[in-house]
Amino acid sequence: MNAALLLSTALASVSANKLRASLTLLGIVIGVSSVIAMMAVGRGAQVSVTSRISDLGTDLITVRPGAQALRFAFFGGGGNSDVLSLGDALSLKDEVFAPDVHLVAPENSFSGSAVVGSENTFVSGVGVTAEYLEARNLNMEYGRNISNVDVENVSLVAVLGSEISETLFAQQNPVGATMKISGREFTIVGVMESQEGTIFNPDNSVLVPITTAYYRINNGKGLFDSISVSSINVLASSENTVDDARLDISTVLRLRHELGAEDEDDFLITTQQDTIETLEGTQGTFVILLGSIAGISLLVGGIGVMNIMLVSVTERTREIGIRRAVGAKRRDILFQFVTEAILMTFAGGLLGVLVGWAIAYFGNGATVDGDIIETVIETHIAAIALAVSVAVGLFFGIYPAVRAASLNPIEALRHE
Amino acid sequence: MTSTPTAPTPVIELTGVSREFRIGTHVVRALDGINLTINHGEMVAIIGPSGSGKSTLMNTLGCLDQPTSGSFVLNGQDVSDLSDNQLAETRSKQLGFVFQSYNLLPRETAISNVELPLKYSGGYSGKDRRSAAQTALDRVGLSERYDHRPMQMSGGEQQRVGIARALVKNPELILADEPTGNLDTKSSAEVIEMLRSLNEDDGKTIVVVTHDPEVAEAMKRIIAFRDGRIVEDRAVSHPIPISAGESEQ
Ligand SMILES: Nc1ncnc2c1ncn2[C@@H]1O[C@H](COP(=O)(O)OP(=O)(O)OP(=O)(O)O)[C@@H](O)[C@H]1O
Ligand SMILES: [Mg+2]
Repeated sequence: MNAALLLSTALASVSANKLRASLTLLGIVIGVSSVIAMMAVGRGAQVSVTSRISDLGTDLITVRPGAQALRFAFFGGGGNSDVLSLGDALSLKDEVFAPDVHLVAPENSFSGSAVVGSENTFVSGVGVTAEYLEARNLNMEYGRNISNVDVENVSLVAVLGSEISETLFAQQNPVGATMKISGREFTIVGVMESQEGTIFNPDNSVLVPITTAYYRINNGKGLFDSISVSSINVLASSENTVDDARLDISTVLRLRHELGAEDEDDFLITTQQDTIETLEGTQGTFVILLGSIAGISLLVGGIGVMNIMLVSVTERTREIGIRRAVGAKRRDILFQFVTEAILMTFAGGLLGVLVGWAIAYFGNGATVDGDIIETVIETHIAAIALAVSVAVGLFFGIYPAVRAASLNPIEALRHE
Repeated sequence: MTSTPTAPTPVIELTGVSREFRIGTHVVRALDGINLTINHGEMVAIIGPSGSGKSTLMNTLGCLDQPTSGSFVLNGQDVSDLSDNQLAETRSKQLGFVFQSYNLLPRETAISNVELPLKYSGGYSGKDRRSAAQTALDRVGLSERYDHRPMQMSGGEQQRVGIARALVKNPELILADEPTGNLDTKSSAEVIEMLRSLNEDDGKTIVVVTHDPEVAEAMKRIIAFRDGRIVEDRAVSHPIPISAGESEQ
């Protein structure tokens, strides 16, 4: 029997019992579709996070206070050495000790209520230096950036994120207007461009000089050098010198913090590459997990197919006898039943792919618990799912088919 | 048509054929050293009591079964030691089998049932298959029933579909194991008449197993079986066509 005949014979047999066939392949449909949908979500999350990280520039390095180990927590902290200061940040601008560092932008944070006339809103703000915008790849929409003169003078000036500007001033250009933050009056000197969709969305924040945030809002009393910073953004001189810059930073800070050879770092350096790798690692675990779920549901589906094929062989014993009597060889019967099994699992796989794609397609942009779900549909995953479905049909169909093929024609013909 | 006095060509030659069935320690000898020759153009009835080995013989002749010992030469080829695949090929090429219970595929139409043997031998396009099946169905007088399913046909019609299926590859030999066993007198007569016509007009060699003496007397030669042996083998000088409809049951 040639391939086309085999296929049409198998198709006729399978469609003769539509309900049974559909129930049998349901397991495979569910398995394949959930994998396709989940993979699309997983891949979507990965792609969007990675692209947001890349938006920041891969030459960005972030330094945060605190050791990797928890020893400070146990010993009540090691002085102030697990705090980063403005002095630390400025020391990274050293061309001799840190030649691969291109730009240093320390920041600290504050929060408080912002009042403009009768408008009142809660803001979380960032104390910055002039370098902050470049480090974070941000641009001004109106007015000017915080300048280092503002930093030196501890000026009461502020730059607004686009969303907060809209909240407080509607569509008007707020440059030159004043607002109160924690009871102090600030002059607004600029507004940042909207950065909607990026990972560190600045649209809702307010930038002020780092010194102003420390002395005037957080009421700090320390010297200029000891102003504490929550993190230091560093740009390497190029994307290729990120690792060298990291080493520079580590060397300078260890010297400044007087750490001995045995001591661990009391700061944490993270490159964008580290972040991407961590995310990819998570993605890998996710893929393995999904793969196992798919494997289990395909296994269950495959056992269902095998079960039905065994029932079918018994029910159709006489048909097998008739076919054998008019000239069918063993392998014709074998191929017929294997083809039927594969046809069912392939149809299940195909339906699963379509359902999975539909879920991914219509789920794209949906919000779950306030998070926007992005999906990326990948054809190679669908191809793999289909191939696996066919393999499942082959694997679980072969035993019933061998049973069918090995029936004795005379006994099969006598079967009632 | 009367037989010409040229040397007859044997279609079937059985020499010392035995078939034993082993059930546990018990051995049943369904065929016991059968010697039998059936020539081209013969029309033979096989009779005998139940369990005498008639079906076992037919299964052997039909290459569905193989003898335990002895040799079976079919159209000049020894088929007693063929492999399973070769047997299937022989079934497909050399003979047509008609069953007591028709053995049609219940979901398929008449034409598609008749096409079935062609599907298992290469070289037929869908068109070829269809036209061959139509010719065979026309030959058995079922031109009006191409697309009927077995359930939509009478027993006699179903059996004629069975005959058409046996004919479709135009084999030399037609084997029928109690083809009228499930039929009423009228349908029986039609089926036997059909087989007679295939013998007389188309020159097919025909072997029919029957319990019905009337059917047996319609053949040209009668072989009687008992306990796996041939106990009688005689020619019928004047085969009597069975009359249809006379003794409706
Ligand atoms: N597959 C088998 N296994 C065991 N014994 C068998 C088998 N097939 C046939 N027999 C035995 O062989 C003997 C001959 O059987 P067979 O079917 O050939 O008889 P038959 O002449 O066709 O009978 P009937 O007229 O009832 O159809 C019987 O005793 C039967 O029980
Ligand atoms: Mg019998």
